[in-house]
Amino acid sequence: MAINWFKYSAPSTFYGLAGKLIPWFSWPAAALFAVGLYIGFFVAPTDAIQSEAYRIIFIHVPASILSMFLYLIMAGYAALGLIFKTRLSAMMASALAPTGALFAFISLWTGALWGKPMWGAWWVWDARLTSELILLFLYLGFIALQASIEDPRRADKASALLAIVGSVNVPIIYYSVQWWNTLHQGATIKMTGTSMHVAMQQSMFTVLVACWLYAIAVGLSRVRSIILEREANTQWVKELKEVRE
Amino acid sequence: MTSRLSVFGLLGLVIRRDLLLAMRRRADVLTTLIFFVMVVSLFPLGVGPEPDMLRKMAGGVLWVAALLSSMLSLPRMFSADHIDGTLEQMMLAPQSLTVMVLGKIVAHWMLSGLPLVLIAPVLALQFDMPVEAIGVLMLALLLGTPVLSMIGAVGAALTLGLRGGGVLVSLLVLPLTIPVLIFGAGAVEAVSSGMDAVSNLSLLGAFLLFALVFSPFVAAQALRISME
Repeated sequence: MAINWFKYSAPSTFYGLAGKLIPWFSWPAAALFAVGLYIGFFVAPTDAIQSEAYRIIFIHVPASILSMFLYLIMAGYAALGLIFKTRLSAMMASALAPTGALFAFISLWTGALWGKPMWGAWWVWDARLTSELILLFLYLGFIALQASIEDPRRADKASALLAIVGSVNVPIIYYSVQWWNTLHQGATIKMTGTSMHVAMQQSMFTVLVACWLYAIAVGLSRVRSIILEREANTQWVKELKEVRE
Repeated sequence: MTSRLSVFGLLGLVIRRDLLLAMRRRADVLTTLIFFVMVVSLFPLGVGPEPDMLRKMAGGVLWVAALLSSMLSLPRMFSADHIDGTLEQMMLAPQSLTVMVLGKIVAHWMLSGLPLVLIAPVLALQFDMPVEAIGVLMLALLLGTPVLSMIGAVGAALTLGLRGGGVLVSLLVLPLTIPVLIFGAGAVEAVSSGMDAVSNLSLLGAFLLFALVFSPFVAAQALRISME
């Protein structure tokens, strides 16, 4: 039986599929958040050096990981849209951008909250912090460019090119920031290489999966809104049950 | 009979044209330069006149000011040609758009980057920088400012004809220029603290070559997106 792999690359068919998929991602995300945070706050033991404050890493680390991955995924979708001229890929890219920016922001915010009791400062110009901040700037640039172009096709293509240029630049920025930090001999704080307790690993991993599922669910629901917005004048949108009501 | 231009002929033609146009409106070039001098002069007023501190921050201040003033002239890179329709003719012409964009980048650098390189030693003296550090600063600016024009060309092409394009282009381009800032200022810092600046300068040179290969092409694609 031949499967039409491209069936769901049309916004009209993907709209329905995304609607069906969202509950499969959002409910597990909520459940895993609850489980992961329960383990993190009640099961995982108190850290010998950092006492209770270390527990913020259960949110901080997954948020940082996702903020970086989402940029690459966003750039990947943007590149697909630019190369194959598939409208849906560009819509996915713009649907993921706010979530990525949100995770970058959460990562910075929780990092500051953690840094105050640990390092005695809300912010240090550590290589990781600085490159995370620059990542947030890149997300904001992408969103700002998309928002300021009225023609959606031009907006998609222009922001796709920006995302690709940005993703080429991300490793260069990361390594130059790292080198800058070692040159300046500033605060050289490194994660201690001690092995983590099993419960800590479980909690962090569970929250990480929950964040992934959350990002997918939110991305899908946002792409549904974008599809409705862009296709508002088409027949199939007018025939939708939720639009007619 | 039409004689097909060689690549360098085309490049020279575009550069000459842009320089000629700029010479007819010298104020544009001068405002960028004056902006650069002003921003640099504001720092001592803001942080105090202690020579030790000024000497320490001179490299960074000059680099940040160079970054900002090169952003200032970016929106003009393509906009005049866009408004009077020249850009459209350039895209229709049977010549490589990439080469024409490279020509515009070179012309932009000669008008906005090169003057900064030339005036920087004077400002560096105001910050009491040692002579060998000034030499490295000039060399670093010479290698780094073309990269700013090249990355900037992509941003300028993407934001062509948009409302508030001037602020937007800075928002897009500034994060991408951070490596240039780090190694440019790092070269000066290295010399000031008695180390060798070769590694920093080599990396700046590598950025320059990397940007030279890719940015004219990417900027040409960005122009195509903006013009269709």
